[in-house]
Amino acid sequence: MGLFDRFRKGLEKSRSNIWGRLGGWLQGNRIDAQFYDDMEEALLASDVGFDTTVWLVDQVRRQQQKERISDPKELPRLLASAMTEALSGVNSQMHFASEGPTLVLVVGVNGVGKTTSIAKLAHHYKSEGKKVILAAGDTFRAAAIEQLMEWGGRVGVDVVRQSPGSDPAAVVFDAIAAAKARSADLIICDTAGRLHNKANLMAELSKVYKVAARELPGAPHEVLLVLDAVTGQNAVSQAQVFREAVSVSGIVLTKLDGTAKGGVILPIVRELEIPVKWIGLGERMNDLEVFDAKDFADAICSS
Amino acid sequence: MYHSLGERVSNGSGVSAVFEGLSNSLQKALGKLKSKGKLTDEDVQSAMREVRLALLAADVNVKVVKDFVERVRERSIGQEVQKSLTPGQQVVKIVHDELTALMGGEEARLNMAPKPPTVVMLAGLQGAGKTTTAAKLALSFRKHGHRPMLVAADVYRPAAITQLQVLGKQIDIPVFDMGTREDPVRIAKSGMAEAERLGADVVIIDTAGRLHVDDALMDELSRIGQAVSPNELLLVVDAMTGQDAVHVAQTFHDRLSLTGVILTKLDGDTRGGAALTVRAVTGCPIKFGGTGEKIEPLEVFHPDRLASRILGMGDVMSLIERAQETVDMEQAEEMQKKLLSAQFTLDDFRAMFQQVRNMGPLDQIMKMIPGANQLKGLENVNLDDKRFQRIDAIISSMSKEERADPNLMNASRRRRVANGSGVTVREVNQVLNQYEQTRQMMKRFGGGMGKKLGLRGARKALKSMGKGMGDLAELGGGDTQLPDIGVTGLAGGGSETRRRHKKKKKR
Repeated sequence: MGLFDRFRKGLEKSRSNIWGRLGGWLQGNRIDAQFYDDMEEALLASDVGFDTTVWLVDQVRRQQQKERISDPKELPRLLASAMTEALSGVNSQMHFASEGPTLVLVVGVNGVGKTTSIAKLAHHYKSEGKKVILAAGDTFRAAAIEQLMEWGGRVGVDVVRQSPGSDPAAVVFDAIAAAKARSADLIICDTAGRLHNKANLMAELSKVYKVAARELPGAPHEVLLVLDAVTGQNAVSQAQVFREAVSVSGIVLTKLDGTAKGGVILPIVRELEIPVKWIGLGERMNDLEVFDAKDFADAICSS
Repeated sequence: MYHSLGERVSNGSGVSAVFEGLSNSLQKALGKLKSKGKLTDEDVQSAMREVRLALLAADVNVKVVKDFVERVRERSIGQEVQKSLTPGQQVVKIVHDELTALMGGEEARLNMAPKPPTVVMLAGLQGAGKTTTAAKLALSFRKHGHRPMLVAADVYRPAAITQLQVLGKQIDIPVFDMGTREDPVRIAKSGMAEAERLGADVVIIDTAGRLHVDDALMDELSRIGQAVSPNELLLVVDAMTGQDAVHVAQTFHDRLSLTGVILTKLDGDTRGGAALTVRAVTGCPIKFGGTGEKIEPLEVFHPDRLASRILGMGDVMSLIERAQETVDMEQAEEMQKKLLSAQFTLDDFRAMFQQVRNMGPLDQIMKMIPGANQLKGLENVNLDDKRFQRIDAIISSMSKEERADPNLMNASRRRRVANGSGVTVREVNQVLNQYEQTRQMMKRFGGGMGKKLGLRGARKALKSMGKGMGDLAELGGGDTQLPDIGVTGLAGGGSETRRRHKKKKKR
């Protein structure tokens, strides 16, 4: 469980902080209204959002009464299990094509860590013995193609690219052709970061999606939305809009090695039923881990 | 490809739509109160819940919210409800005042060095938008007659230096770099020497982004700071940042003694509550707001507008300014005359669209209108410019006579127009219906555009515009009382707009 140690470590750094971490509400030694208020506040401070916070506190309170628990030290366990429940129920497995190359489309708003996550995914699957091709679909941002090339070189996988400003759908088209010719197992497509409220950019993304679907049966097999753990409630709106545009099938939660707790995935998984599939915990190639609801909940609730 | 509207600050109801604007929910909570007297303890109690929810939904830090709500509560109890306001509006006003005060009230300026060069250092988390902001900032300086130079001191992120070089080339501003193998502190120092050689009077240093828990990086940043003693040390913060903004701000401020903040990605639909958190924690003013990836000068940050945005109250000021900048006054007056004489033709209809379109993407404009977030189904309306183009094509396919007198449009003419513009007859019908509705509405609204349309009018106008363009279903709560700020008709009434604009400022 090395990864969650790192996640915890990140959380610990904020411990000394007056704003406290989630375990902070354990200070009280009586379970009373104040205790639950503090719990609520701790959850809100983790970006869990109001509705899901109320739901979680309610679950814990009900369970506490049911089990007749009077020791506050028992409550993190209850909270962790309520969180696990909220985060489970959706399949976090990656989906692969039964034959031929699998195409993974990676989308998200600006600056969440799409390119880095792609490099990590490529590294992960390459170490599993798969032949991976990257498609440099961010043709907009300055030096985005170079950034992916650099990563491709470090990981040791091919990068299919065109010149800056070209049509990202054309890059994906090329990548599919290349993957077929080189009998690759996996194509991971980068896309330009875009704010989800820009209709024209979302339409561009839908086009990439359609081209992939047309050129490769069943593609994209996975559409991963990259979310920054630092993001607040806006992440819910991001997930919603990206899902409508390109049927997001999973989430990559990045930058969890900081003090941000990434609590916003709770409302996303619970209300939108989009599973979290990966979490990013650093800048190195192997700092990407498969998401595990229970580990995550335990890490966030432990004191 | 990327639209940018300058400093547009939209209210961003978001798609979640769980939270309507605070003013709406306060109206609901307090609407039933008939009293025009003092706000009682009880009134305030229910109102504070709404305030708290709105601020939390906007990602203001929970502790900051707590303190803030307490302050507003104290100020509210016993307040006389002003004659012109409902109790709900009164509370909104107090909240808005307090928010604006907390945000720093007035627009902040940059500190310039008494003896050039002025050194501006940027710091922030990964992905906050430092590099893009650096380029925009450089452009802003040049716009004011300075000779800026950029220094690429991010040696860690792959291709970060290339990115700054590409941007520098785009806007024709020199970029100093020493590759990725050099110590960033040395790069910064050498950059200063280079600036002197080039005669640059402003040096902007782009630094590496890291997680703030990274001590090594914080050390590096503080060493760069010591080496070049910047006149401005600005923290670049993503407007979408959640509760963690509190840690970000505190850590950076403790280590670096920030002088200000730049809030990026304001063109998204986030409410930007992080701004409030950062301000409360560091006490540093927010100096600029960034919108869009297109490299354009940064805009001065208006605290009061962000306050409105956080509260989901729309941003009438920005809308009015935008309208003033873009609406052609002569044309507007012309249209007004036509309306008065009930000679509103399809050509005018098209011109009206054109004027609205000039103001920027419609979805952004809509968000600036208070109460527009109440329009049910607005999120689903695809307000892209293609629909404008289609309407334009349809009208262009008509003959002059038909445009002047749409009554001529019989079935066969409609078919011809549909064929001519590559659409279905249904779409032609939609445009004609929409035109008719607009005409009727304008007739009804005060026999001319000179009079203010008022909020309701504006909403109706939007509705009729939306109808033909998408499945804008219904106006939600069309009669909710909102401060009647007098959004003048989008099509005209420019002079009226200006007058009201001044009035608003005085308040």
